[in-house]
Amino acid sequence: MTKTHLDTLENEAIHIFREAAEQADNPVMLYSIGKDSSVLLHLALKAFYPAVPPFPLLHVDTRWKFKEMIAFRDRRAKETGMELVVHINPEGIEQNIGPITHGSSVHTDVMKTQSLKQALDKYGYDLAFGGARRDEEKSRAKERVFSFRDKNHGWDPKNQRPEPWNIYNSRKNKGESVRVFPLSNWTELDIWEYIKRENIDLVPLYFAEERPVIERDGMLLMVDDERLEVQPDEPVENRMIRFRTLGCYPLTGAIESDAANLDDIVAEMKNVTTSERSGRAIDQDSNASMEKKKREGYF
Amino acid sequence: MSDVLKFITCGSVDDGKSTLIGRMLHDSHMIFDDQVKELEVSSKKFGTTGEAIDFALLVDGLAAEREQGITIDVAYRYFKTDKRRFIVADTPGHIQYTRNMATAASTAELAVILVDARQGILPQTKRHSYVVSMLGVRNVIVAINKMDLVDYDQGVFDQISAEYKAFAKDLGFASIDLIPVSALKGDNICDQSPDMPWYTGHSLFGALETAEISKAALVDKAFRMPVQMVTRPNLDFRGFAGTIAAGSVSVGQKLVALPSGKTSHVKSIVTYEAEHDAAETGQAVTITLQDEIDISRGDLLSCAEEPCGIADVFRCKILWMADDAMVAGRQYIFKSSVSEQVCTIEKPKHLIDIETLQHVAGERLELNDIGVCELYLNKRCAYEAYGDNRALGSFILIDRHTNQTVGMGMIEHEMRRSTNVHHQDLTITREKRADMKGQKPSVVWMTGLSGAGKSTIANALEKKLFAADYHTIVLDGDNIRRGINIDLGFTDQDRAENIRRIAEIAKLMMDAGLIVVVSFISPFEAERNMAKEIIGAENFVEVHIDTPLELAEKRDVKGLYKKARAGKIPNFTGIGSPYEIPENPDVRVKTQDRAPEECADDVLSVLAERHILPRGI
Repeated sequence: MTKTHLDTLENEAIHIFREAAEQADNPVMLYSIGKDSSVLLHLALKAFYPAVPPFPLLHVDTRWKFKEMIAFRDRRAKETGMELVVHINPEGIEQNIGPITHGSSVHTDVMKTQSLKQALDKYGYDLAFGGARRDEEKSRAKERVFSFRDKNHGWDPKNQRPEPWNIYNSRKNKGESVRVFPLSNWTELDIWEYIKRENIDLVPLYFAEERPVIERDGMLLMVDDERLEVQPDEPVENRMIRFRTLGCYPLTGAIESDAANLDDIVAEMKNVTTSERSGRAIDQDSNASMEKKKREGYF
Repeated sequence: MSDVLKFITCGSVDDGKSTLIGRMLHDSHMIFDDQVKELEVSSKKFGTTGEAIDFALLVDGLAAEREQGITIDVAYRYFKTDKRRFIVADTPGHIQYTRNMATAASTAELAVILVDARQGILPQTKRHSYVVSMLGVRNVIVAINKMDLVDYDQGVFDQISAEYKAFAKDLGFASIDLIPVSALKGDNICDQSPDMPWYTGHSLFGALETAEISKAALVDKAFRMPVQMVTRPNLDFRGFAGTIAAGSVSVGQKLVALPSGKTSHVKSIVTYEAEHDAAETGQAVTITLQDEIDISRGDLLSCAEEPCGIADVFRCKILWMADDAMVAGRQYIFKSSVSEQVCTIEKPKHLIDIETLQHVAGERLELNDIGVCELYLNKRCAYEAYGDNRALGSFILIDRHTNQTVGMGMIEHEMRRSTNVHHQDLTITREKRADMKGQKPSVVWMTGLSGAGKSTIANALEKKLFAADYHTIVLDGDNIRRGINIDLGFTDQDRAENIRRIAEIAKLMMDAGLIVVVSFISPFEAERNMAKEIIGAENFVEVHIDTPLELAEKRDVKGLYKKARAGKIPNFTGIGSPYEIPENPDVRVKTQDRAPEECADDVLSVLAERHILPRGI
């Protein structure tokens, strides 16, 4: 039997899932509905088969996700038989926080960073799986597979636990928690090749289709509902577009593409010249913005 | 040939490691347009290369690294050429980050060691070469960098090459490739450099693409699989999930579970896709057995004909990774692929000077020290020597108090000593002696600052107990130190050993039926916990004699604080050495403005609550 690099990555991720779940009191898996979450979920199903993964899925909803994402989320939870926990920051609802009215950084802070902390505290989760990859962004490249968080969910990049071999230290004091990243060593291309090989179900937004879009701040935004408040000088056009990553729809830029199936997407990925996060408003705020957010508790 | 090559880059500070990786990513077209644009902006802000793009900024991702222009932590990068995929760990060069470098080396198959052509072989080059070799990396590429700054001189290259080969001859590398490069200009990175026609070997990419990794062929060895978890989705299925660490397994094969030694045959090999007839090294599977035998997380499933060793004492190499030195005799958590349990480590047999590779004498392991030590476990566990199998010969050490990973270790071999000394079971038990004396034998452990009043209160307590016909003994710190512990000083290590001996002595006296009152500064939580574990939590009463430092210093009965303040007693608790206040003692006795008898009553009431004094007082 010849092993491919995808087998190597898959075996490593399964090993991490099992180690982490065995050592946690109350684990949870962060489920953001995107392609990485879909791969993560698929690997979780494999790691614990024939049992159902021994943890719930947690979706931190901002109320600004694409409609298709929410429908997909509910369907997948039902199909896998896993419990789905959805958390929306009640303070955000009360103040009606949104990316258009409050800007991307306030929206992300209140509806994602603060909201995630609230959810973890509310349910007392001591270990959370996430789909982050080291190739995504510079500060991620330095993060451990088992990433330790203090009582305030903060990450201290200068004081990370050494992580030799594949022996993971998840010991912690009460109130502290661990984030675990089974996809640490995967690249974006690995994700797509694996999705193709395993025939993993994805939100249709990843595949090119004619969709209504406007141009705003140099990004192609899809008109998912009326809250986008399209201005008179922003003509709505139907264009062949797809998304490389999925987030809050007013913060997620589409790319023009004809890639309507996995073969086309993998082919497109091999020739791509911009990084996937270039379509996300959140990373462009400041140079070390992701590291800053993570220190504050962002996933 | 492996389809993914994991390698690390290492070398001294400013040898240009990050620049080299940036260059490799760039030349293999792994950098996206928007990242180049961002890089141009940051190069102007933080760069050290003038107008040119500073590739180092691609990999130095942390804010502090960009500001200081150095690499602090290991960064993992991914790139590929037409021939191979690579996972590269960029490791810091500064001496204080040797532990980060060792972490990266622990999973690497090849190391690229950078040398600055102008500097030649530096101490850190040697350090890194040794660490890489110790962790089992057998293929090395030495990239002699910054050749552009020595006019691409072949003489410089030849001299450094000869020097490195002479140094590395005892490190056990299977291959050493030496390549003259300039990471900044791109010479000999992708293609042959026109500026060095005298060099006809591989470019760096060429060497990486063709490196033959002489992995010890784990797959041909006997089957080993640490059990990660037991899967029980329903009454009919009981599977043992794990990643195969060596060999292969097939349905029907006879396996033994270690350390229990129980055997059974493989019934099925299950994955999400299907049931399999066989599986091999590296695969994550779930195995079911024909018989119901007791197996849990931490057991090892092994080929029954060739089981691996089981032991509880090991000779091992330890790299210390914490700012606080390793304390011999203190308890640490030992965590390996098969076991997580308490261990103690003896004083190092020797340390290794990793510049000269000589053995040197040493009492303790400080941050980044490497030493050979004997390690004692509480329970036996399955193992293999690190040289035979990385997965079964490696472990980490965790501090029980802070939960930090403080050391990494490699098992060299087991020590036979422990198996020849057996625990003797005795017929007259502690319970029988307790019955005869009409008391519950126990240990009252008084901790507190020097001059807190421990001995005075212990004396008062004993007088009251004696008057009520209880059988007692007081073990006093000063007296013990003048007797059985006369060989011990006041370093952290000696303090730990001091406590260990006291705890063992107290336990013997308790087994003899006595109520033992220990009056000892015992400043560290870790050692008090150790004493509690030796004696047994159910027999241990922790008493904190709570006298503020100012008050103890004011009393200064023995004149010690005065001496310590004058610098005449180093490591004096409260002055030169910390006192860790017990977080949850069984009783905290305030001494300010109180008589010793009153304080002793506080302790008596706790003893009564714990049913230690069945006849009352």
